[in-house]
Amino acid sequence: MSKILIRGAKVLGGAPQDVLIDGETIAEVGSGLSAEGAEVVEADGKVLLPGLVDLHTHLREPGREDSETVLTGTRAAASGGYTAVFAMANTFPVADTAGVVEQVWRLGREHGYCDVHPIGAVTVGLEGRKLAELGAMHESAAGVTVFSDDGKCVDDAVIMRRALEYVKAFGGVVAQHAQEPRLTEGAQMNEGVVSAELGLGGWPAVAEESIIARDVLLADHVGSRVHICHLSTAGSVEIVRWAKSRGIDVTAEVTPHHLLLTDELVRTYNPVYKVNPPLRTERDVLALREALADGTIDIVATDHAPHPHEDKDCEWAAAAMGMVGLETALSVVQETMVDTGLLDWAGVADRMSVKPARIGQATGHGRPVSAGEPANLTLVDTEYRGRVDPAGFASRSRNTPYEGRELPGRVTHTWLRGKATLVDGKLT
Amino acid sequence: MQRHLISAADLTRDDAVLILDTAEEMARVADRPIKKLPTLRGRTIVNLFFEDSTRTRISFEAAEKRLSADVINFTAKGSSVSKGESLKDTAQTLEAMGVDAVVIRHGASGAPYRLANSGWIDAAVINAGDGTHQHPTQALLDAFTMRRRLIGRDAGIGQDLSGKRITIVGDVLHSRVARSNVDLLHTLGAEVTLVAPPTLVPVGVESWPCAVSYDLDSTLPKCDAVMMLRVQRERMNAAFFPTEREYARRYGLDGDRMAKLPEHAVVMHPGPMVRGMEITAEVADSDRCTAVEQVANGVSIRMAVLYLLLGGNEPAVTHTRTEEK
Repeated sequence: MSKILIRGAKVLGGAPQDVLIDGETIAEVGSGLSAEGAEVVEADGKVLLPGLVDLHTHLREPGREDSETVLTGTRAAASGGYTAVFAMANTFPVADTAGVVEQVWRLGREHGYCDVHPIGAVTVGLEGRKLAELGAMHESAAGVTVFSDDGKCVDDAVIMRRALEYVKAFGGVVAQHAQEPRLTEGAQMNEGVVSAELGLGGWPAVAEESIIARDVLLADHVGSRVHICHLSTAGSVEIVRWAKSRGIDVTAEVTPHHLLLTDELVRTYNPVYKVNPPLRTERDVLALREALADGTIDIVATDHAPHPHEDKDCEWAAAAMGMVGLETALSVVQETMVDTGLLDWAGVADRMSVKPARIGQATGHGRPVSAGEPANLTLVDTEYRGRVDPAGFASRSRNTPYEGRELPGRVTHTWLRGKATLVDGKLT
Repeated sequence: MQRHLISAADLTRDDAVLILDTAEEMARVADRPIKKLPTLRGRTIVNLFFEDSTRTRISFEAAEKRLSADVINFTAKGSSVSKGESLKDTAQTLEAMGVDAVVIRHGASGAPYRLANSGWIDAAVINAGDGTHQHPTQALLDAFTMRRRLIGRDAGIGQDLSGKRITIVGDVLHSRVARSNVDLLHTLGAEVTLVAPPTLVPVGVESWPCAVSYDLDSTLPKCDAVMMLRVQRERMNAAFFPTEREYARRYGLDGDRMAKLPEHAVVMHPGPMVRGMEITAEVADSDRCTAVEQVANGVSIRMAVLYLLLGGNEPAVTHTRTEEK
C-alpha cells in the first residue's frame, strides 16, 4: 500500500504537524515524521481538515443526467473537499424504493470520488400521502438512514408523525423541507420589502417557521429525531434554539448561500439567485451566522442543486430554483464564518464534517485527524484569494451565484480512504 | 443613457415632465384631420404580447402608426411561463428581423427587465405591463390626465404634481398600476395614499413612498384625485375578502362617497371597469370620471415615449434614479 506524508499542515487550524497516511488509514500524526517510502505533500501554511460531509446534495441521477450525474456530482464534491455526500431523493424515478437507492449507492462506489449515501423519500413519489418503504431502503445495500421529501414539505401532520415514529425502529432521521404549501402558493422570493417592490410572489418566513415549530413538537411528542433542512430565517433559529433548550432531539442545517446572500440580489431579476428557500434579509443572514457559531444550527449543507443553462437563462418566474454549491461551500464558510472571527477551523471541521457525519451516520467520516482513523482528509489553502470561474467547475451545471465574485480559500487536496481524489486542485 | 422604459421608478422628475410635455404636443396631432407624423418612418416596432391586453396593445399600435413606424404584432399568449426559453428565442428571432424596439407585455414580473438586461437583444425595450410589477406608460398617462384636469392643459406645461393628494383604492397587492403610480406620483411631488383591505396590501409596503389606510371614507374629503383599481372577482374565492357586497360596501365608490370628494377632485380608473363592485354606474358615467379620457391620453403618452426613446434628438430618459445613488 502507498504511503503519503502531508508535511507541515495546520491540523484543524492548529500548529503545523506532519500526517502520515498508510494505505486507507492515518498511520501517524506528529512532527518531523520520516518521509521514507512516502510521497510527500508539502502543506506549509495550509489547513488540514477531516474530509467534508454534505448532508444535502442533489446528484440528479437517475432522470436528469443533463444537469448532473453521480460521476460529475461526486467529482464536484471531491473538488470542494468532500469525501461523503448524501444524495437527495427527488430524482426521476424518485428514490423511494430499495432498487433506486441501491443504484445510486452503487454508482458512487464505482466512481470512487466520494462516498454516496442515498437519502430515501419519506413518501411514495414525494407525494406526501403514503409512506415509502423506509425499512426496505434501510436494509438495502445502501443502508439508508436519512429520509426526506426535500423539494417538497411533508406537510400532512399525521404522515410526518408516522414517519418520525417509524424510523425509530432503525435509528433513522427525517430531514424536513419546511415549507407550508398553502402559504407559499405562487411564491417566487422572500416576502418583504423587495418582493413588494418587484411584484414577485412572496415566500413568507412564517411558512418555514410554522412547520419547524410543528415538527419539533411532533418529534418531542413521539420521542424521535428530526432534522431541519436549509433553515433560512431568524425566526427559525429562535424556534430551534427553544426546542434544543427543551431537550428536543432536533438538528438543523444552513446552506452557504443563506450565510452570504440576501434578497436584495433579486432586484437583478437574474434567476441565478432563485433558490428554495429563498434568499432572505440581512437580519436573517446575521442570525444564521450567529446560530451556526453558537451551535444552534448544527451543520452547513450545500443544497447543491444543478440545473442546465436553459433552465436559468429565462425570465425569473419560469426559472428553476436552486444553485450549485459543492465547489464553493468551504470558501463561502471561510468568508462568512472564519474571516469574520465567528468560527475557527476546528469549528468548521465540526460543522462541515463531524456533525453531518454523525447526523447521517456516515461512519468512517467526520473522524478525528489521528492515528488509526480512516484517511478521509481535505487540505485547504486558506490564504488563497480568487474570483469564481464556473468554467472550471467539475459539476455538469454552472448555476452559481458567485460567478466573478472574489472568495477566499481553495481546496488543494482531497483524500478518500487514503486515495487522492484531488491533487493540487486537479481531480485525479 | 437609459435606452429602455422598464419601471416608473427609473424616471427622474425632469424625465417624467419632459414625457408629459411631449405628450401634450403629441395630443395636438390627434386634433388634426390627418393624425400622422413622419417621425419614426423606417423604424420597426414589435408589440410582443405574452398576455392578453387588447386595450394596451391597440393603444401602442395607434401610437406607433401615428408616428409612421412599421408595426408587427406578435401574440404569444401562454407559451412563455410554461417554458422559459420562448421569451429569449422569440426576442432573438425578432431581433434578427431588424426590430428597433420591443413593446412587451408579460405575465411574469421582471420579464421586460430580463429582456433589456440579459444581452439577448439590442432593441429598446418598453414595458407594457409585467406581472404584478410595473406598467409605466399607464402611470404616465394617469399623471398626464391628472395634470390636465387639476392644473390645466396649457398651464400644466413644465409642471409636476407637487402638493396634489392622490388616493389609490383597491387591489394594490396584485396591481402593477398601483406600483407604477406610487413611484411616478412620488417623483412628481404628489402625496399618495393607498386604500385597501389589509389582505390586498403587500407585506413590505412600509418602504413605499406613500401612506396606507384601510378607511376610504376618511380619506376621500382630502384628495384631489381618487384612482379606483380593478378587483378581480376570483380574489374573493382566495379569501382576500369575504363577499363582493362587503367589498363594495367598504371600498367601492358610489354616489354618496363621491359626494365626499372636494368639488374639483376627479375619479380615475385604468379600465376595464367592473361596475357595481368597485365603482357604481352613477360614478363611472359622471363628468368627474376620467376613464375615457385616460384611454385617449394613453395614445399621446405612448407616442411621446416612443418618440423620445427612438426618434428624439435628445434622449428622453437620461439617467435612472438608481444610478444617482
